[in-house]
Amino acid sequence: MAAYVIRRLAYGFGVVLGVLGLLFVLFFTVASPDDIARRALGEKARQSAIDQWKANHGYDRPLLPSFAEGGLRNNLLYDHYRRMLTFDFGHSDVDGVPIGERLARGAPASLALMIPLFLIEIALAIAVGLFVAVFRGTYIDRMGVFLCVLLMSLPILLQIIGAQYLIAKLLSWFPLSGFSRDPDVIARFLALPVLVGVISGVGGEVRFLRTVFVEETSRDYVRTARAKGASEMRVMLRHVLRNSLIPVLTRVLLTIPFLFTGSLLLEAFFGIPGLGGITVDAINANDFATLRVMVFIGALAFVVTQIITDVSYALVDPRVRLE
Amino acid sequence: MEAHVVGNLIVAALLALGLWAGRAIRKNRLWREALAEVWRRRWGSVLVIALFVGIALLDSIAWIGGETKGEDVVAANEARSVIDRAFAGVAEESYSAPLADVTFYEKFALNDPGGHLLGTDILGRDVLYRTLKGARVALLIGGFTSAIAIPLALLLGVTAGYFGGRWDDLVFFVMSTLASIPSLLLLIAIVMALGRGTWQVCFALGVTSWVGLSRVSRGETLKLRELDYVQAARALGVSEARILWRHIVPNLFHLVIITFVLLFSGLVISETILSYLGIGVDGSWGQMIDQARNELAREPIVWWNIAAAGTAIFALLLAVNLVGDALRDVLDPRTARERE
Amino acid sequence: MTQPALRIENLRITFPNAGQRLPVVDGVSFEIARGEVLALVGESGCGKSMTAFAAMRLVPKPGAIEGVIELNGRDITKLPVPEMRKVRGTQLGMIFQEPMTSLSPVLRAGEQVVEAIRLHEKVSHGEARKRVIELFERVRIPDAEQRFDAYPHQLSGGLKQRVMIAMALATKPQVLIADEPTTALDVTIQAQVLELMRELQRESDAAILLITHDLGVVNELADRVAVMYAGRIVELGKREDVLARPRHPYTVGLLKSMPGLAQPGERLHEIAGVVPPPTEWTAACRFASRCPRVIEKCSASAPAQTALGDGHWAACFAVEQEGAR
Repeated sequence: MAAYVIRRLAYGFGVVLGVLGLLFVLFFTVASPDDIARRALGEKARQSAIDQWKANHGYDRPLLPSFAEGGLRNNLLYDHYRRMLTFDFGHSDVDGVPIGERLARGAPASLALMIPLFLIEIALAIAVGLFVAVFRGTYIDRMGVFLCVLLMSLPILLQIIGAQYLIAKLLSWFPLSGFSRDPDVIARFLALPVLVGVISGVGGEVRFLRTVFVEETSRDYVRTARAKGASEMRVMLRHVLRNSLIPVLTRVLLTIPFLFTGSLLLEAFFGIPGLGGITVDAINANDFATLRVMVFIGALAFVVTQIITDVSYALVDPRVRLE
Repeated sequence: MEAHVVGNLIVAALLALGLWAGRAIRKNRLWREALAEVWRRRWGSVLVIALFVGIALLDSIAWIGGETKGEDVVAANEARSVIDRAFAGVAEESYSAPLADVTFYEKFALNDPGGHLLGTDILGRDVLYRTLKGARVALLIGGFTSAIAIPLALLLGVTAGYFGGRWDDLVFFVMSTLASIPSLLLLIAIVMALGRGTWQVCFALGVTSWVGLSRVSRGETLKLRELDYVQAARALGVSEARILWRHIVPNLFHLVIITFVLLFSGLVISETILSYLGIGVDGSWGQMIDQARNELAREPIVWWNIAAAGTAIFALLLAVNLVGDALRDVLDPRTARERE
Repeated sequence: MTQPALRIENLRITFPNAGQRLPVVDGVSFEIARGEVLALVGESGCGKSMTAFAAMRLVPKPGAIEGVIELNGRDITKLPVPEMRKVRGTQLGMIFQEPMTSLSPVLRAGEQVVEAIRLHEKVSHGEARKRVIELFERVRIPDAEQRFDAYPHQLSGGLKQRVMIAMALATKPQVLIADEPTTALDVTIQAQVLELMRELQRESDAAILLITHDLGVVNELADRVAVMYAGRIVELGKREDVLARPRHPYTVGLLKSMPGLAQPGERLHEIAGVVPPPTEWTAACRFASRCPRVIEKCSASAPAQTALGDGHWAACFAVEQEGAR
């Protein structure tokens, strides 16, 4: 088991290196430092202004390692890797604010949004999924599935706009947008984004979970449990759910990275100063430095989640444990 | 070659492809019955999709010349599609409500009173016109990108699964790396790096969507490779390429179709998000929605823009999802058994 | 005469197919007394497994059951579901065909048997565990106490099947249904499991409905045999009578095609044609198209039972014409 975890970690690290490589390609070669400078300064900037800008932002070194004197370390590639891996994120290309600081300020707000959203969505999805699976083939099932497809066909953008318009503007149940760190007030600001987030995501989750549950329900051991005289509820909870844990776990943990992206929109629309909002600002301002860091963080979170998923497989399914 | 000529050729090619596919399906009993069943269950959705496809095709057939209705000379020298010509010469100054006679805020008389079925937008463009043009963009985003991403995914996934070894390690590593970056972020990163534009967006969408199918087809290929008749073929000395083409790939068809359908809606939705961020495709419904966001805050509100685009997206995606589900139920051998 | 433990009369099981209801079991009747083993024999598709499921009321939806199923005189077809569940766990026990997939992979083997007990009896977990370990020993699972904590995938096929048998017997049911209990096992294990079942059956006095396509198993375990073809029973009688003196042409053909009975060098007997699927079943004799003794009557109506003495009968017009010998 320990060997397995170590192997997983090593491979995960390899993937992180790969991600950094991809980021380097995208942000240093496809869009070269000259391009970045031009986008910041304007297309018609003179070469001297570009060079100055590059020097200010640390882009004035050679791109790739060379065998010249000190060339192995004095280049952007090495820098990129070294700094990302040590979480030395540098400064924004646009306003020079240290990126690390910005992240630290934004993280709590994002977590305040993401964690309730995640928990509510999973609990709801599993409950509804089980419910619909019990009634498979009946009217309830068909309605449930149709509802899910309906939700999945409505782009999240429209759902946010619709929710803001209907609930905030027309009904005034919750504020349109905004945020507060005051624990008494924060719930009111988060209620609508969490609601929208859950509704937009739950459709796809329930569809998937239903499929898994229905498939498990048709297995032989469920027949055995029924033959023993177990009630349908017990069959679902003790047998079907337990046995579905691997796909359920996979799917649930897979939604974590989507919380990053969904939070992008939710934070932007609802004025929540979290990591998603930072990313959107970076996009609008062509702030490549910040954008690089955000993508890296997202990927890192994903890789860590994957490793946790794989390890938890072993905990959940005794068949995997003994490999 | 000019853009519109390429467009015309593509339309011709698609029609030819459609005819060929139609004949191939008619000969194959399994497919014929499957599609008949899908039609029986979801004929409404199929018609909706056909409608959108038809509109998109009409918008892709373009030529230069023909009469213009009182516009500048420039327009006469540009390639205009069938849809363009149908709506030519009905531009207004600014907003107007559906079927109105006057502009919305100033109440000036319109150039074409009562002629705008869905009203006009801030620049006075007919909303119905823009909605119809958006169909082509949506199908481009969803269909064209899938048409590129899917063969690529199959190629990499199947060869990785079948041949294994170093190639598999490499492909798997690339898949893991790409899959580790939340797709929206990667999408944004690529478009930011490449710059704005339709083809850049399509490319970025393609790069971020091939991984899923590739992983699944690799897994399936690993299983299929061990099947008796594949082993037998290898023992008989059949060439690898032939085995792949005749034995492995056909077994993946149902997977491909389902992936295509699911991918389609995912791509269109992703593009709406990109439009919101300002890096989407010009003329898409997502762009219309993005532009319409501010309109909801006005008094009185301007609703027809977002209603038109929103309804169009919803209708198309719902139809695609429903048909996709029906296809999956019909093609998947396991759920097919449940029906009996 | 004492009441039979299980009595089935005119059992029909239908499934919807293209708008109609198609029977897969069509008018099956038999009785099993306590302490008796009735083997239901037939090829795949004849409806024998469905009959077994019907007795437990576990026929998969959208199947529908018609007819009478009496357990110790009580008609269980009309019982409300919670009642039926109690019956299932306590008076009816079932052993399934595939031990590999019939146990939940994520629960320990012993726990699953404990569940069978605690669902219906108010005993503590410790008490139930003791009983289960005793059961394991009775079904000859070595190292019973360790095996209790084992997961199904850690057990061999034969051991898994013994666990299933223990599970079925845990609440001392009066009727035990065994659906092809040895089909999925290796030949040597088969022999062991059969011997075990014979012992248990003698001890427990339960009535056993044994579903099988293997005539060797029938020979080992059965007291009486019912031969099924295309949803109907075509011959029924004591084991010796049916196996040694079969009268229905299908049974005759079945026995003749057993490899064990053939002489070396002799050509194996086969019954020409294939078993018709339910969609092709007629109201007349369904074996007519393959029968070496077919006469005109056979395609007109379904044959009635011709008594052959001592509880042995065959449903065949040709046999009817010969008269009981």
